[in-house]
Amino acid sequence: MFGNLFGSFDTRLFDDVRRLESEMEQLFGRADPPAGIRAMRRGTFPPINVGVTPERVDIYLFAAGLDPKGLDISIQQNLLAVSGERPLPLDEAADYYRQERFVGEFRRVITLPDDADPDRVDATYRDGVLHITVQRSEAVRPRQITVN
Amino acid sequence: MTATQEVAQRESKDVQSKSREQEIVLAPAVNIFENNHGITVQAEMPGVSKDRLNVQADRNSLLIEGDIAIDMPAGIQALYADVQGTKYRRSFVLSGELEIDQIEAQLKDGQLTVRIPKRAKYRPRKVEVQSA
Repeated sequence: MFGNLFGSFDTRLFDDVRRLESEMEQLFGRADPPAGIRAMRRGTFPPINVGVTPERVDIYLFAAGLDPKGLDISIQQNLLAVSGERPLPLDEAADYYRQERFVGEFRRVITLPDDADPDRVDATYRDGVLHITVQRSEAVRPRQITVN
Repeated sequence: MTATQEVAQRESKDVQSKSREQEIVLAPAVNIFENNHGITVQAEMPGVSKDRLNVQADRNSLLIEGDIAIDMPAGIQALYADVQGTKYRRSFVLSGELEIDQIEAQLKDGQLTVRIPKRAKYRPRKVEVQSA
């Protein structure tokens, strides 16, 4: 009996949420492309862009004001994990009107293409963007085949 | 003129303000706080270098904007993108007690700090109580 009651309640509630979501997406034109299984919700710090070329994978983490020495970047098989902390000291004597900036520890995990080579990884931090490049193995690059 | 003032006074034309129709503008996350000396705005603008930053203030408003430039190889294809904009822009309405001629701006690691001091007569003064 209760199952039935709650069941119908749940469905209606979630239907409403789903309808709201789809209306918002239509309204803002933000119908997302399929998300990665390890992707986090929009707004998670730091935002990440990932791009690929036949030679390498480029990962960009938009994280202003980090100490690059405090970053932990690890790669295992095709999983790249980046973690670190952003301390943001508050001015005790001040009144805060807006506090939109992320503070504290973060960790993000990115699935790389299967051919990513964990031995050839580079990372640079410039203008608040952490740029990690992972080379891809030669074997899987597209090869031009000439017809004799 | 110090480097920080230069940043503050740079004309907006230095930043590519030609209206490119499709560009997506992001609002940078900010912290804003006030103490006895003035108001500080901290804005997150990762991907913006000093020469692509514009901080402008007039009597009524403060504008911060910057173009995102990241080093991308030719022919890159996006797999995933949280950041889909090409520039940041945000503006704030100022109030009269702020000394806009003395604004200082500093950009470090994509983190912009703008300090707007209060005019001297608006700073709180401690009143000493004399013992009789």
